[in-house]
Amino acid sequence: MAELTKKDFASAAEVKWCPGCGDYAIMNAVREGMVAAGKPRDEVAIVSGIGCSSRFPYYMETYGFHTIHGRAAAVASGLKVANPKLDVWVISGDGDSAAIGGNHFMHAVRRNVNLNYVMINNKIYGLTKGQYSPCSEMGQISKTSPYGVIDYPMAPLRVCMGLGATFVARGLDALMKLSEEICIRGAQHKGFSMMEIYANCVIYNDGAHKALVDKETGANHRIVLRHGEKMIYGVDNDLCLVQSGFGIKAAKVADVQESDILVHDEKNAEMAAVLTAMRPDAGLPIALGIIFANDNKKTYDDMVYEQIAAVKAKRGRTMDQLLQEGHTWTV
Amino acid sequence: MAQNAKLTKAEQIVVKFTGDSGDGMQLIGNQLTALAALDGNDVNSLPDYPAEIRAPAGTVAGISGFQMCLGDHKIYTAGDAPDVLVAFNPAAVKHSSKFVKAGGMIITNSDTFTDKALEKVGFKSNPLEDGSLAGYDVKAIPMHTLVREALADMDMPNAAKDRCKNFFVMGVLCWLFNKTPQLVLDFIQEKFGPKAKKPKLEIAEANTRAFKAGLNYGETTIMFQERYDLGAAQIEKGLYRNITGNDAAALAIAAAGHKAGLQPFIGSYPITPATDLLHYASEFKDLGLVTMQMEDEIAGICCAVGAACAGNLAFTTTSGPGLALKTEAAGMALILEIPLVIVNVQRGGPCTGLPTKTEQSDLLQSMFGRNGDSYMPIIAANSPADCFDATYQAAKIALKYRTPVIVLTDGYIGQGSCPWKVPTMAELEDLRPYVNLWKPEDHPGETYQPYKRDPQTLARDWAIPGTKGVQHRIGTLEKDALTGAVSHDPMNHQIMTETRYAKVEKVAQDLPPLEINGKDSNKILVISWGGTYGAVKGAVDRLIAEGKPVSGINLRWVWPFPPNLGDIIKRFDKVLVPELNMGQLSLLLRARYLVDVQSLSKVQGDPFREYEVIDKVHEMLGE
Repeated sequence: MAELTKKDFASAAEVKWCPGCGDYAIMNAVREGMVAAGKPRDEVAIVSGIGCSSRFPYYMETYGFHTIHGRAAAVASGLKVANPKLDVWVISGDGDSAAIGGNHFMHAVRRNVNLNYVMINNKIYGLTKGQYSPCSEMGQISKTSPYGVIDYPMAPLRVCMGLGATFVARGLDALMKLSEEICIRGAQHKGFSMMEIYANCVIYNDGAHKALVDKETGANHRIVLRHGEKMIYGVDNDLCLVQSGFGIKAAKVADVQESDILVHDEKNAEMAAVLTAMRPDAGLPIALGIIFANDNKKTYDDMVYEQIAAVKAKRGRTMDQLLQEGHTWTV
Repeated sequence: MAQNAKLTKAEQIVVKFTGDSGDGMQLIGNQLTALAALDGNDVNSLPDYPAEIRAPAGTVAGISGFQMCLGDHKIYTAGDAPDVLVAFNPAAVKHSSKFVKAGGMIITNSDTFTDKALEKVGFKSNPLEDGSLAGYDVKAIPMHTLVREALADMDMPNAAKDRCKNFFVMGVLCWLFNKTPQLVLDFIQEKFGPKAKKPKLEIAEANTRAFKAGLNYGETTIMFQERYDLGAAQIEKGLYRNITGNDAAALAIAAAGHKAGLQPFIGSYPITPATDLLHYASEFKDLGLVTMQMEDEIAGICCAVGAACAGNLAFTTTSGPGLALKTEAAGMALILEIPLVIVNVQRGGPCTGLPTKTEQSDLLQSMFGRNGDSYMPIIAANSPADCFDATYQAAKIALKYRTPVIVLTDGYIGQGSCPWKVPTMAELEDLRPYVNLWKPEDHPGETYQPYKRDPQTLARDWAIPGTKGVQHRIGTLEKDALTGAVSHDPMNHQIMTETRYAKVEKVAQDLPPLEINGKDSNKILVISWGGTYGAVKGAVDRLIAEGKPVSGINLRWVWPFPPNLGDIIKRFDKVLVPELNMGQLSLLLRARYLVDVQSLSKVQGDPFREYEVIDKVHEMLGE
């Protein structure tokens, strides 16, 4: 069989996202990830919840299940455990994952089910036409916050680190190549691959990530992390990150010793916990790229079958033996 | 000294145990159940325990109970008023003596009747001495004293010795009911002896001695003037085991998976009184049963939906409040048209309600508790043993019609137990023909259409992920009636809604005609469903024996109704439906058959007694 290309993963369905929506770029990246995973299309399943992003499965030439609001992680966990041979992807949004589906999302991360989980974060509810989400910023104006949001926003990737995540990455719709890299690495990672991808909502939250994507100054507010490389960023590559107590602070490269500049180690969970929490309003860039990746933990789906095999070896009853166990008597 | 207690023939005996929760009431009840069953009696039992795990000791609120009926004939319920009450302390006497049949026996532990204990439950004087129990045959036995004497040379704390009183009582009852002592001695060895999973030789020895002390106590004291002998019941030949409804359902899940050739899968979340099902099923890993204990009820059913989509035989197990949470996801299984079985062990509601008490009040929730026109078949198990068959049948219908099916059991039959004739796997119906997955090699030249249907069952063509070349997308939005593509077309929605309704109606073609207990036409028809079967069957049998113009039927499938139900109802002047709710089946029957059903409603967390049904029938007959 000829090798598949990303075009092979496009279904015949007409894509109905708004022109300019960040989801287009992300779909392209996910298709690259599927190519990298190397599974035939009929061994790939995409599960989604509800939201703009959740229409995703219809546009993909794989098996697809468009489920209910917030529950995609739970449905996908069952699907993957039931048939671990499948390459299972979940496509979700910030409302679907962080609000109504927070519980399922959290526990799927904790169990380390071998899923590829894409959370498209546009900091707004788009499908229901513009209400704030748990990832919306303080003060953000939306239909349900006409005077500004007064809930503190959630940092989903930081939550993932607290749950013992094994793969945590963040992309940005405007950086297409980076999103592709993330989806490819995520697809290849054995375990729960958490991929948060910042996207713009041209209709209800245009400029959702304006500070990061600005052509002039965006690079001053984001850092693309690469394993083994120094944490240097900025439009002129003149900014860097150095340790400060238990945390991190931004500095000018010119102002510090070269040896003080932090080097990214994607296997360092403590560092990742700090990196996932960085925010521009604290004077730190948003961390992009593979923030954490370590496949040293067994996956839940593998352990299910290891346990079954172990109990089979130990007890190994037949169904008839099971039915007849305990106190029995013959009439 | 041999004693001269008279051996009296008895047809049935109702025994109730009450004591502090955590004091082993369920254990001793189950042991006597097993003993009677092993000795050839038919038995039916009902545990009754408080919601608190260890409510304060010695208080009425903390009383845990276990009632059972053993007999020389088919026994359908745990009995009405107890003939023998074993009440282990003053609180238990206060709690349960009022239930005992007039003149019935109350066995109690006189060592627990201290001033402090009496005061704790508000007894102003000692009921064993003040004549307040004069209407009963009270056997006040100093159990702690006797057990400590029997274990005098054993190096155990007194508290541990006192715990052996349960086996002392087993000894007394074994003697009183003329049972075979060796069965209990074998049980002690099996549980604690050298070959046990976790041998506890000292406990084996202590319990053996306590048991023998109880036997000897019956034998040698003059306290008992009579003992009772129950003949063996006429029971269908075969291998039997005593089983609770929850355990029976767990076995059916594993068995159905094996007979369907599919991996059995349970997605669930712990909830009383359904948790025992999940406990037992979780032990079946060697039989390839996957159990996922999820983060909540919603995730429980959602992962089961995912597993079903992947081609496992998927189940989710719950109780009322959990079913409420699973609502939307049950609708997802329905619109995706995939097989899924939801086992709901009903408890008292609404909301948290009475977690440990039985009720049948989720029927309308099962019927209508989803948004949209969303019918699904519902089967109600009618006894602990029937939970096996009901769950197995539900799996068959789910596969055959590609639909979620609800199995309704309840706290009474889920936790109650009765003898179960163990089937062999070879005897069980082969479910593989109903799996019938769509594979391209079986349909040369055909394009796969996810919502193309079998005209006989309206089941859709179903291809699971991994099937070569037929990758497709389905979802919870309304779908085109053939292609499964998202469709907002008004006429398509009309067709799909009608088709989903018609598919559930089609299930009726698989239902066996109802069998009538009694004459085919008569003055009164009593309809039982689910757990009311036993009390109604017992009551109707007795009414028929009295020559009353009464017949009975039991509904196992409560949706759709069996095809001959309407005809049967027409042949009776009056219809009575006793149910543990405010008249939910009555409402459905009235709506469907335009008949003035009379409802006998009971919502006391307690199953019907036969006499309650009998009294109501007498009233309807103007007697």
